[in-house]
Amino acid sequence: MIRLTKENIDIHQLFEEVNSGSAGGVDIFVGTVRNATKGKEVIALEFEAYEKMAISELQKIVDTVISRWPVQKVAVIHAVGYKKVGEIAVAIAVACPHRNEAFEACRYIIDTLKETVPIWKKEIFHDGEVWVSAHP
Amino acid sequence: MIDRKIALEILAFGITKEVLKARSIEIELNEPVNIAHLKEVLLQEYPELGDLNSLAIAVNSEYAEDDTQLSEHDEVALIPPVSGG
Repeated sequence: MIRLTKENIDIHQLFEEVNSGSAGGVDIFVGTVRNATKGKEVIALEFEAYEKMAISELQKIVDTVISRWPVQKVAVIHAVGYKKVGEIAVAIAVACPHRNEAFEACRYIIDTLKETVPIWKKEIFHDGEVWVSAHP
Repeated sequence: MIDRKIALEILAFGITKEVLKARSIEIELNEPVNIAHLKEVLLQEYPELGDLNSLAIAVNSEYAEDDTQLSEHDEVALIPPVSGG
C-alpha cells in the first residue's frame, strides 16, 4: 500500500495494513514535524508532491525492498499539504518473519524516499518560509 | 532544412514554482531537443535556477539524463532538491 494523503495519518490503521500471522516482526517508522530547525522555531511544514511520480518512485523502492529482504507486506503513507508541529509527515510499516530484516528494509525505505521521491517541504517560520534543501 | 519547433509544457514544483512564478510554463524549442538543451534555455531565462543545490528533470514521471530526447507530448517536470520524509 502506497499513498499520499492530506488527512491525518493513522498509525494503527497502517499497522493493520501489514500485520499478519506469519509476520513475527513489524517495524514502523514515523516521521513527525519537528518544532525547530537549526535553532529556529518552526510553526508548520507544507508538503508538495509531484503525485504521479512520487507514487511511481515509491513503488520502485517497495519493489527493491521486496526483492532484497523477505518482506511480507509494506505500507508507505506520506502527507501532502499543511502539517503542524507534532503531526505525522510520513509513516512506513514493514512486516517480515524476523525483526532484523524488518528494521533494515524499513530504514532502506525512509533513506531512499528522502533521496529520490519528488516530495518537497517548506518550513514555515514566524517571519517567513523556506523550501528545505533548495539552496546551498 | 526547415527547423521544426516543438512546444513543451514544463511543470514546476517546490522552489522552481516560485522561480518560474507559475505551476507550469510553455516553451517552444527547435528540434531535436534533449534535456541538456532544455536546461540551457531554462537557465538563460531563469538564472536563479542555477543557484539551486541541484535541478533534475523528469520526463513522463521518470528521472531523465542530459541526453534524453524530448518530443512534443512529453510531460516534463522540474525537480529541485527533494525533501520529503
